[in-house]
Amino acid sequence: MPGIPSRHKSIFLLTGVVLLQVLLLALQIKRDSEGRLIRVWTVGAFSPFERAGNHGIGHLRETWRHYFALQNTSRENEQLRRENDELKMQVNQLQSKAIEADRLALLLNFHKSHENVPMLGARVIATSAGTASATIMLDRGSKDHIKKNMGVITPEGVVGKVVEVYDNTSEVLLLTDKDSGVGAMLGNSRVQSPVGGAGEPLLVMKYVANDDTVNIGERVVTSGMDKIFPRDLPIGTITDIKAGNPFKSIRIRPSANLERLEEVIVLLTLQPLQMNQETETAKPSASLASKPTGETAKSPASGAATAKPAPATGSPAPVPTSDNAAAAVKPE
Amino acid sequence: MNDAFDIRNMESHIEVHKFRGGAIVGATLLALMFQAFVPVYFAKAAMIDLPLLITIYFGLSRRNPSSGLLLGMVIGLLQDSLSGPTVPLGLYGIAKTVIGYLASSIGARLDTEHPAARFALTIIFFGLHQGIVLLTRRILLAQSSVWFTMHLAAAAVVNAIVAVFLFALLDHLRKS
Repeated sequence: MPGIPSRHKSIFLLTGVVLLQVLLLALQIKRDSEGRLIRVWTVGAFSPFERAGNHGIGHLRETWRHYFALQNTSRENEQLRRENDELKMQVNQLQSKAIEADRLALLLNFHKSHENVPMLGARVIATSAGTASATIMLDRGSKDHIKKNMGVITPEGVVGKVVEVYDNTSEVLLLTDKDSGVGAMLGNSRVQSPVGGAGEPLLVMKYVANDDTVNIGERVVTSGMDKIFPRDLPIGTITDIKAGNPFKSIRIRPSANLERLEEVIVLLTLQPLQMNQETETAKPSASLASKPTGETAKSPASGAATAKPAPATGSPAPVPTSDNAAAAVKPE
Repeated sequence: MNDAFDIRNMESHIEVHKFRGGAIVGATLLALMFQAFVPVYFAKAAMIDLPLLITIYFGLSRRNPSSGLLLGMVIGLLQDSLSGPTVPLGLYGIAKTVIGYLASSIGARLDTEHPAARFALTIIFFGLHQGIVLLTRRILLAQSSVWFTMHLAAAAVVNAIVAVFLFALLDHLRKS
């Protein structure tokens, strides 16, 4: 660099490099957040190590559990946990049925069709590399028929949605991320409002009017209005309510333990399932873990029509509303 | 006699450390792997920003601002890439570039081998890093974030404690 004293070269380099990255940021802000090639390369380069590490650690843990540390107790515990998960799901279903008898038929239809709904189990192999986002990496990708905007759940409740898909891995945006959102309603009053993340362990429900009755401990479930998750999947429990202007500030503890996810279920369909008599006789969905066929009717869940409409706001919370992204499934 | 000449004289007793082949690349990749992998099993481990600690360590040791800021940039961009599509490329990149530069510049002027100095510097750099990330989010991304929480303060102390032990471990990678 002629004319620049050597001791100032690093300052010029610093300025140049920072400006370059600011420009990079600016370019990204202007465009839609499509996957960049550098992401694909980086994730492609790291995921084999993450998978290998996960496999190695998993193998070690299994060995320890089953051969060194109380072999029978560990297995029994695993079995009990599985049963517990199933029972939790059954309890959630029964609570929903008891609250609103009208929805009984819909849920029954839902259960009948559930066996045919394609789902895929996936292991969590990595998390976000920084605290600026809340994402997890799954060990399944486009080769396993996972697509963008598919819903991700656990037996306890909603986890998030798929935001990036690579060949052998996919990335899930957790509910707790600031950019995350899900169509939700209160379990008792059926008041609808989106629930979103706030970059912390608790979720936020923003658009419930001060006049609506809300109680601490009340369950919050999916409304199905986002066309990604079916109705009545548990989202969380209300832990804090504050009056606001014009909406209450409601904080929710997620049902699923989003800080310690090891295995999740991906809803392998982008088509909404209608929970009414007509769809009961409609074409069956693809079988478990098979490629989604998209044969089911493409319209919002009919139950939404009976629910209280969300308050009209100029700028609602970021609920995913992709046209083709919907799945009305409830795993058992 | 100008000031620059004096500073160079003062700096002359500070040793510039060289590292074994592949040490920097290996440590960087391991740190990024740790950051993405270990929190799956230990959620609290997400509090530790290993890529930042690696940036600080090699900055302080190499004492070359140009290589320090370039290493910070590479580590930051890789961390951005592994942080999911909601984190734009450059968020951590900018912060770690600046930290890499500052660490190298300070390393060239002060003796940073003592554990107490490393502890204090890590707390300062952690705070600075958070500040730059926050500023970038507020100014460039129009995202709101709080300036200070007890969690951040705790994270700064935890990172500083980890840094003292990690830096001592990384000292073994130096060429004798």
